Amino acid sequence: MADATNPIAQFEIHPVFPLKIGSLDLSFTNSSYFMVVAVALTVAGLMMAMSRRALVPGRGQSVAEMLYEFVAGMIRDTAGTEGLRFFPFVFTLFIFILMANLLGMFHYFPAPGLHGFTVTSHIIVTFALSLLVMAIVVGYGIYKNGFKFLKLFAPSGIPLPLYIIVTPVEIISFLSRPISLSVRLFANMLAGHILLKVFAGFIVMLGAAGAGYAVIGVLPFFMLLALTALEFLVAFLQAYVFAILTCIYLNDALHPGH
Amino acid sequence: MAPQTHSETAEYAADAAHSGAEGAFPPFDPTYFASQIFWLAITFGVLYFLLSRWVLPRIGGAIEERRDRIADDLDAASQMKSQADDAVKQYERSLADARARAQSVGAEAKADADASISEEMSRVDAELQAEQDEAEARIGELRQKALGELDTIAATTAVAVAQHLAGLDVTDDEARKVLAGAKE
Repeated sequence: MADATNPIAQFEIHPVFPLKIGSLDLSFTNSSYFMVVAVALTVAGLMMAMSRRALVPGRGQSVAEMLYEFVAGMIRDTAGTEGLRFFPFVFTLFIFILMANLLGMFHYFPAPGLHGFTVTSHIIVTFALSLLVMAIVVGYGIYKNGFKFLKLFAPSGIPLPLYIIVTPVEIISFLSRPISLSVRLFANMLAGHILLKVFAGFIVMLGAAGAGYAVIGVLPFFMLLALTALEFLVAFLQAYVFAILTCIYLNDALHPGH
Repeated sequence: MAPQTHSETAEYAADAAHSGAEGAFPPFDPTYFASQIFWLAITFGVLYFLLSRWVLPRIGGAIEERRDRIADDLDAASQMKSQADDAVKQYERSLADARARAQSVGAEAKADADASISEEMSRVDAELQAEQDEAEARIGELRQKALGELDTIAATTAVAVAQHLAGLDVTDDEARKVLAGAKE
């Protein structure tokens, strides 16, 4: 396997425990492994931080409470206090994506094959998550507002003839939400990791070329360093963007008709 | 990224070799779509369950507890402050009372003193007046007596002078008569 410099190999999925139900291949893969690790680390980390549950919080507890207040504030700002009924869901979404993104930043990891994997770099995962969001938005929107939920597609306060144009636009924009939501996260993670791998590959190739080339290898190294820092930012930012867009969509379910 | 060390686990590497789906771009390779969705549903569901039932109430509870405690402390502090304010007010009131009382006591004492002084003065005045009256009476009496004796002396002197000079034998009574006439 000569994929030491292959930027795509890191996205490959390999089964760890094969599992087939009917014709469906539900194998436990390295992707599943990282999902489990993300969940385990999140729960263990938060519970450890909250183990003392002090009145004056320590470092860990402060971080846990900061995350809590951060997500709660995000929901309050975008969807109002009523949006807080979705707090556990948004928090789970945010922390799961954040954890998956950050775990992807490990090049080596105590995992099958010993290499890292980014759960969110697969379109099917992000698409499933965004479909879940849209299902909750539509489901809760209809449950709470009934027929009035359709006002979402007919914003009030515009001249009647304009509805002929506005309503289709609103419908298209609503339908494209799950796609834009999932592709944004997926593409960011995919592109970032490919870029990292490409520059890492340059270092290896220049080093292998020998003589003067090895010296030039310093340049992609610094690039890699800068990109790694950027990727950490992206890992956080994309989780934040996913969560805040979820809040905005939930706001539509809570208050349709703008 | 890191050079991948698939050869670490032979079985794993073997899997990798044939699951590569012949050049398909892994994120778009549908081989493991079902598996990914399946495990995502399980892990996300478990995470949601654990967070919403166990972890988040714990964090929220700690924050709530602190907020309550701070609110309680603030309440207690403001209560204590109002108590302190009351105490200050009461202290000031009692201080003013005491001052007023002290003033009235002083005034009373002054009035008492004035009264006793004037009483003493009038008593002393009366005594002095009495003594003076008595003395004057006695002086008058003495004067009266002295004047009476003066007549007698004058008469006897006149008798003696008349006998001596004129050889006249004048009785005391005649002398007195003359004297009384001379006095008029």
